[in-house]
Amino acid sequence: MGPTVTPAPGPSDSRGMKTRAPSIKRRPPRLLSAMGALVGAGMLIPVAYLIIRGSQAGVSGVAEVVTDARTMRLLGRTVLLAVAVTTASVVIAAPLAWLTVRTDLPWRGFWTVAAALPLVIPSYVAGFAFVAFFGPRGQVQRWLAPLGVERLPEIYGFWGAWLVLTLFTYPYVLLTVRAAIRGIDPALEEAAATLDGRRIAQLRVLVPHLKPAIASGGLLVALYTFHDFGAVSLLRFDAFTNAIFVQYRSSLNRTNAAILSLILIAVTTSVVVAEGMTRGKAKYHRLSATGGRRAAVTVRLGIWRWPAFGACVVLGIFSLVIPFAAIGYWLYRAAISSDLISIAALPAWRSIEASALGTAFCVLAAKPVAMLVARYPGPLAKVIEAGAFVGHALPGVTVALSLVFFGARYVPILYQTRWMLVFAYTVLFMPLAIGGLRASLLQVSPQVEEAAQMLGSSRMGVLRRVTLPMIRPGITAAGSLVFLSAMKELPATLMVAPIGYSTLATRVWSATNEVLYGPAAIYAAGLVMMASVPLGILLLRDRPIH
Amino acid sequence: MRRVVAAGLLVLIALSACSSQPPQEAEEESIVVYSGRSEELVGDIFDEFEKATGIDTKVKYGGTSELAAQILEEGENSPADLFFAQDAGSLGAVQDEDAFVELPEELVSVVPEKFRSATGSWVGVTGRARTVVYNPDEVRPEEFPASIMDFTDEKWRDRLGWSPSNASFQSFITAMRRIKGEDETRQWLEDMIDLGIESYPNNVTIVEAVSAGEIDAGFVNHYYALELSRDNPDLRSVNHFIGGGDVGALVNVAGVGILKTSTNQEPARRFVEFLLSKEIQEEFTRETFEYPLTEGVAANEKLTPLDQLDSPDIDLSNLDDLEGTLELLEDLELL
Repeated sequence: MGPTVTPAPGPSDSRGMKTRAPSIKRRPPRLLSAMGALVGAGMLIPVAYLIIRGSQAGVSGVAEVVTDARTMRLLGRTVLLAVAVTTASVVIAAPLAWLTVRTDLPWRGFWTVAAALPLVIPSYVAGFAFVAFFGPRGQVQRWLAPLGVERLPEIYGFWGAWLVLTLFTYPYVLLTVRAAIRGIDPALEEAAATLDGRRIAQLRVLVPHLKPAIASGGLLVALYTFHDFGAVSLLRFDAFTNAIFVQYRSSLNRTNAAILSLILIAVTTSVVVAEGMTRGKAKYHRLSATGGRRAAVTVRLGIWRWPAFGACVVLGIFSLVIPFAAIGYWLYRAAISSDLISIAALPAWRSIEASALGTAFCVLAAKPVAMLVARYPGPLAKVIEAGAFVGHALPGVTVALSLVFFGARYVPILYQTRWMLVFAYTVLFMPLAIGGLRASLLQVSPQVEEAAQMLGSSRMGVLRRVTLPMIRPGITAAGSLVFLSAMKELPATLMVAPIGYSTLATRVWSATNEVLYGPAAIYAAGLVMMASVPLGILLLRDRPIH
Repeated sequence: MRRVVAAGLLVLIALSACSSQPPQEAEEESIVVYSGRSEELVGDIFDEFEKATGIDTKVKYGGTSELAAQILEEGENSPADLFFAQDAGSLGAVQDEDAFVELPEELVSVVPEKFRSATGSWVGVTGRARTVVYNPDEVRPEEFPASIMDFTDEKWRDRLGWSPSNASFQSFITAMRRIKGEDETRQWLEDMIDLGIESYPNNVTIVEAVSAGEIDAGFVNHYYALELSRDNPDLRSVNHFIGGGDVGALVNVAGVGILKTSTNQEPARRFVEFLLSKEIQEEFTRETFEYPLTEGVAANEKLTPLDQLDSPDIDLSNLDDLEGTLELLEDLELL
């Protein structure tokens, strides 16, 4: 994949930022609105289910759950955790993105891949590995025992959950920011450097332009923290999802679980709206309307070269070496035999099949929504966007039960077929797809589209023939994120997949339940390996253009 | 690139379409089981049933309470014929919504009444006993009190572990509320918290923490230490059974029920019969270290026999009142 438009870069046209052809209507094409609305309606199935179930409690029942002191306390703690994890992820990921895209960091190519790799490790595996290493009497304590260390500082609780979630979700921010840095017109930085020779000058220009990417990556991290159950429960942090799970697990109280889930939706919707406000009316596309691309100049880090390298090494030890070492140790203890490997073949194929189909549908469905949001921001776009984020804000088991409810009752012919599973993945991972697409769309100048329109294309034709090809990097990024997440998905896969359909993720789950670490490690290793493939493709295709 | 992706997807869809056509013959008998017991544990038993009877057996695996919720949400259109659950509490919840048929007496009478539903809607298949798992380097078994209620002694400070979110633990607390009453149960829980008992996410982590010396003893089900030591012969975790009819000696069951919505009642009944047969009961105790429940089948030789455990007399159908236990545990901030 190379530059989509070949002419040499024209002179930067600063008027492009301000002017807008007044003749172009800003109302979305009707077909686009209809498609967006259809997708939005599909995304709202979980909400409909939760309202049906929650309303069974009556006003007093709802009031009782909402005003419960414990409910509110858990919510408060979880909001704090989400803020802390999101902040830390941005602090790690934004500089890292800049280092791996624009500087002479040693081993830059290696870090490009390694820094994104934690994304392939399911948080339940990561949580397990961290407890094994850093538990009060974990591996690290055993190494330190000769030095008289009896107990390590507590890893359980808020800070343990914060650490693990940060280490395994920062790549969401990394990937969106990387894409944004690469999409920025180098002319901007060059202009800044001309005016002010210091290195910092370029950053001053860069950072404001990365705001939308940081915000949409941060949003994904925040939502992940809200809905995660695996890592927080392993690290014994009592999060809001725990309250929801307790309702299902211990008493099958689906009504209370629904009310709690609705509270979670209310909170996350306000986060989504807040993120939308950070975007505001600013424009982030290239100055040169011709859209030409050229390589940016590599920044020399000077004396900061090796300290930056050291920071990457430390991060790599925590986010990659530890989980891989844990999987490796269990593999070694299990003494891998050929039939252990052959048992992983079918689940591996199932994982690929379901995730690939899910990714295709999800990205397809995300396109109209992303276009509405990026090109025609209005009340319709806002509602659909907020609705599309619901699936990612809820624990997987809640989304799965809503699909069970509607599927078995209203479309029994599709119930427990792989199409149902594909739909579940679409609902769950839509925000990842929208986020990836939207960031790219914002960097395509509407002037290009307007030009095409003036040349006689219909507005839908422009979107199809001009805009889509220009945002292909965004489509790859969105697809890879969805594929990775679908590979790791557990609760919805367990409930909605056809009978007898087991994926690597469900196998990891059932093997660890029965304390069979050997098979669990085989499945986990298979999962990590296969999830790495799309990530590798994403990053390698994404090489700097010379 | 785009064309390659599109072609790949088409191939994938075609492959999916082919493999999703099950070779269904109209005459063939079949059952669908929702199993809260994992494939690693019971997968072979389903295969053996299929081989022995020719009944096509499809299994959906999942967490027991998630599957119970799923059955209830599916309502009339549930594809499930049977629910094979990990614990009596979830069976009770499905029973409460009147979703099980009554099993014929002659089918379930091989299992003592203590281990099946009073209304006949489910029957226990295997038993799991509560136990105190301990590290023999740190504790001698003589040191243990005769009742679980007496672990409140100061000498146990900072030495114990439990898992309040675990379903078996919650059943055990429900049993304690039945036998000892609300006040005494609350007092016991508060005393244990004051003693600095450590909370773990599940039984496995407790057994591992005991072996690692993180804690000296923990309250778990009996088979975890046996299963873990199969993989790790160096495991320093041993079971102590309390006995004496004490609530700490509770035996709970994994059990099965047939759903009212099932259109395959006869093959489903044959599956229940199969689970209760001598060979399968023996296989369970050999492979999973659980207790066989049908009369005349001996337990795995590594186990203290069931009749010597002296479990408390309690109707397991009564353990479906988890709501109250939950409120209590939440009130004490254990959940």
